[in-house]
Amino acid sequence: MGKEKVEDTRFSRFGVVSFTALTKVNDFVDYLEQGKLMGTRCKVCGKVFFPPRADCYSCLSSDMEWSEVKGKGKLLSFTKLSYAPVGFEGELPYTLGLWDFGDYKVFGWVSKEIPEEELEVGMEMVPRVVKLSDDRLLYEFVKA
Amino acid sequence: MGRVAIIGVGQSAFVRGYPGSIRELAFEAFREAMEDAKLEVKDIDASIVASAPEYDRQRSPAGVIAEYLGLIPQPTCYVETVCSSSTTGVIMAYSMIKAGLYDTVAVIGFQKMSEISSMEVQERMGRGADIQWESPFGTMMPAYYAMYARAYMAAHGLTLEDLAAVRVKAATYGQINDKAVYRKPVTMEDFANPESRLAGPVASPLRVGDCCANADGSSCIILASEERAKAVCEKPVWILGVGSASEAVNMTGRPDLAKGLRVAIEAASKAYKMAGVGPKDIDVAEVHDCFTIAEIMAYENLGFAKPGEGKELIRAKETYKEGSIPVNVDGGLLSKGHPIGATGGSQVRTIVLQLRGEAGPMQVKDPEIGLVHNIGGVGLYGNVIIMGR
Ligand SMILES: [Zn+2]
Repeated sequence: MGKEKVEDTRFSRFGVVSFTALTKVNDFVDYLEQGKLMGTRCKVCGKVFFPPRADCYSCLSSDMEWSEVKGKGKLLSFTKLSYAPVGFEGELPYTLGLWDFGDYKVFGWVSKEIPEEELEVGMEMVPRVVKLSDDRLLYEFVKA
Repeated sequence: MGRVAIIGVGQSAFVRGYPGSIRELAFEAFREAMEDAKLEVKDIDASIVASAPEYDRQRSPAGVIAEYLGLIPQPTCYVETVCSSSTTGVIMAYSMIKAGLYDTVAVIGFQKMSEISSMEVQERMGRGADIQWESPFGTMMPAYYAMYARAYMAAHGLTLEDLAAVRVKAATYGQINDKAVYRKPVTMEDFANPESRLAGPVASPLRVGDCCANADGSSCIILASEERAKAVCEKPVWILGVGSASEAVNMTGRPDLAKGLRVAIEAASKAYKMAGVGPKDIDVAEVHDCFTIAEIMAYENLGFAKPGEGKELIRAKETYKEGSIPVNVDGGLLSKGHPIGATGGSQVRTIVLQLRGEAGPMQVKDPEIGLVHNIGGVGLYGNVIIMGR
């Protein structure tokens, strides 16, 4: 008898709709479950990546460790959507943003608690994990 | 080593809902380019077919289209860099001729966006970026360009009126381009009036009027070696320089958004260097204005304006036909429409007609050097082609 194949589909829980089921960085989802937003750091050359990568293009190593997104991010830009792709219609309106953490940047949602008028390029914000319905996980940013 | 010329150009009308199949659509541009070049199908040594495959039902369309155009048994292949696919095809054809492999190559770009249902289009929209890390947040093309627009407004004092002014210019020329999908005039008042459709929000700060229209269409560019061009063509347009670049798909990998698209800066610097010319030498340009903000960024990334000062060009109307650097005087993507795989070829066609003095009511006064800036995805790919008489 052959070995039983166990399917690791943890990544299909990421986001409102996930388009990827299997990746070598599936532990990202377990960390989200613990309330942590994680990137990776190359153990050979020290390069930090967000979003997390399994492989380092700088030194071609695959020896990576997890590294938490810590501190405040500076809002670089944002946009509030009035239209959405299939599967996201129920979330409208929602706001996408990009934050600078110095060594890396993070793309994500702006919390719906914050009205668009209160957003300003340059403001400091922090990420937090959100649990969506249907056992899904996402992260968003709130004011620091 | 000899030069490479463009000896024939063709374009279908860009329309909503083309009443035919993709091979018939491709034939329209091909026939026009062949009649323009006064060639027979046996004169074409090879073809390159370009589209964005997510809108195609036909798998591997190159063979199907080559057969319909009568281009078998000559070699053909398919090339894809989303919205810049057909200029990638032109640059590949240029290289093949330069290498001495072929004398005459046809590049056929097409897109029948109405091939799939609007529901399918909506579904594909969400997969237009990094599907692993960004699409789970519900992204779409306008949202990414909106983020560039916001960064520009914060860093350089760009205003919503500046963006509207780009659309007003596009519509000025869309009205006189009988191949454009959007032929209506647009005024600043259309953006100021909240009741107007063009003022409706899409992805803040971009509004409906800031976005180009989907369309069905095809384009065809025929390139030839110097020897061939001189033998068969009265007004060859020479390719003086080409440049291409790629960029991180994810926004987290992008440099400062308020500096525009790195692919355009990179591709332009290579093309200028190869052509031995600079931004001031360009007499007429076609830039990839899929959104109004994209045209402002192009002014800066191509060196027509200093970083942060792109808005001044549109405020002073310098990019109108009579201005110091006419840009998109065929209506651009905003008015012409954007049939993805056909767009770059259409831009090349416009510049070729301009340099030949055959652009009709859109003709700029006596241009000698023209430039095409064609971007794939949200600055994922960039091609710049410089042409001269
Ligand atoms: Zn490394």
